[in-house]
Amino acid sequence: MSENPRNKKHYSLLSRSLHWAMAVLIVSMVFVGVAMVDSIAAWQPTAVQLHKWLGLSLLVVVAIRLVNRIASPSPSLPADLPRMQVLAAHGAQVGLYALMFAMPLVGWAMQGAAGTPVVLPGGLVLPALVGRDLATYGVLRDLHGVLAYGLFGLVLMHAGAALYHGFVRRDDVLPSMLHGEQSPPPLPATTTEMPAPPLV
Amino acid sequence: MSRLEPLTPASTALRLGAIAATLSAAALALTFAAGWWPSARVSPSTFIDTQEGGGVHAGFRRAHAKGLCVSGSFTGNGALASKSVADVFAVGSVPVVGRISTAGGNPTAPDVTSPVRSLALQFNLADGQQWRTAMNTPPVLAVKTPEEFLQQLQALTPDPSTGKPDPARIGAFFAAHPESAEFRAWQAANTPSSSFATTRYHSINAFVLVAADGTRQAVRWAMVPEAVAEPLAAGAHSANELQEELTTRLAAEPVRWAMEFTLAGADDDVADGTRSWPASRPRIVAGVLELTATSPQQGGDCNGINFDPLVLPRGIEGSNDPILAARSAAYAESLHRRAREQRQGVSP
Repeated sequence: MSENPRNKKHYSLLSRSLHWAMAVLIVSMVFVGVAMVDSIAAWQPTAVQLHKWLGLSLLVVVAIRLVNRIASPSPSLPADLPRMQVLAAHGAQVGLYALMFAMPLVGWAMQGAAGTPVVLPGGLVLPALVGRDLATYGVLRDLHGVLAYGLFGLVLMHAGAALYHGFVRRDDVLPSMLHGEQSPPPLPATTTEMPAPPLV
Repeated sequence: MSRLEPLTPASTALRLGAIAATLSAAALALTFAAGWWPSARVSPSTFIDTQEGGGVHAGFRRAHAKGLCVSGSFTGNGALASKSVADVFAVGSVPVVGRISTAGGNPTAPDVTSPVRSLALQFNLADGQQWRTAMNTPPVLAVKTPEEFLQQLQALTPDPSTGKPDPARIGAFFAAHPESAEFRAWQAANTPSSSFATTRYHSINAFVLVAADGTRQAVRWAMVPEAVAEPLAAGAHSANELQEELTTRLAAEPVRWAMEFTLAGADDDVADGTRSWPASRPRIVAGVLELTATSPQQGGDCNGINFDPLVLPRGIEGSNDPILAARSAAYAESLHRRAREQRQGVSP
């Protein structure tokens, strides 16, 4: 097969898996994040701990995703898409990738500025990204919150655009992330069908 | 696309409207999760707003605003090593940085006016883990839940007309909370000592030690001073008397406390901070805290530290006392506010 990868209409299974797994986790992280800093409930400390570990996991996953993104070309946008929408689509993707890296890095750095060790489940202590400094913590803590709302806003715009493609333009964009290439319709299954059991 | 029937203008509008409604619902849900809508729910901000009731002192902690940094070491004796995998309980020393403070939101209040003194510590373990603790003089709390603790703070908030808490309001609060009996008995019997160095400090909440085999043991602890306590003399005292006394004392010699753990029995309610456990419970001294130096908190080593009692090394965990989680959350809010003030340059 000498198929031009640019002509493919669907993201690969790996790309789709990374996309949807990160989508669920990122939206959960934003909701848990904004709720936990406003809560005194018994679940709060557990939420903070999971938020840190999940954030670090997402940093690893987004790095894998970026490599995959470069290695495996994405389906082209529809040729008749207006130029402004093409620019918006690319801009949103750059912004999403930038924030997916920035959120865990700022969170990690902010712990360093607070002098709080980031401890992995096995007890390994990660190095601090910045030295302890109260004013730096003030900057990074506010930045972490602002970027979280920014990321959520971008996710909504991205989802809105996907729904617009899927339900108004009805082009190939939404299906490209929902499923792979459709297999040919199944053959009629008459030959392999078991004979009906006799009535008793 | 050519095989699809074109959408009618009405159908396009309907679909765009449905998409807009979906996105708006998601955005609205986030604002609910973030607590942007008025609610009776108590949040970390509710606590800090209440503590700021007497006025904001920018850059300072919202509770226990007045304090000084201390440093020294903790030397474990191995007695608790079988109950917890935390390195701090092995035989050996770890460096400690801490803060001694008095309760209240005013960083210039006289040292002796506050009945509650606090010793906060950060043990720096060799592998980079930390153990932070903020201990107070009362051995028990007056109430069991964060919501009731907020009511206690509100009852203690100074009356704007007199600048002092309203005794009638405090009386009404304690009358409505009979579980505060042990706290009030401590308050009545407590004779403040003449030095931070001769004061006994308690862990406030219960915690859980976790052994290598996973065995869990609920504990409380106290820092028991080695030096003999003298009662605070009657008469006038200077504003920074206790801070100056500690600095002078440490310049001459180190000050030590035995760190004594009390092990909960099976019947003890670990989540209830208002009751001491029976005197028959085993007590184990795990090591000795030795403080050797003080420094002013502004610009000092302790100033940037949030003494969050849930920053714990492996081998020590928080208990299910609901006040513990609320302390952690409220301290984080206090840290956030003063860090922002530090960044904005509005703090000293």
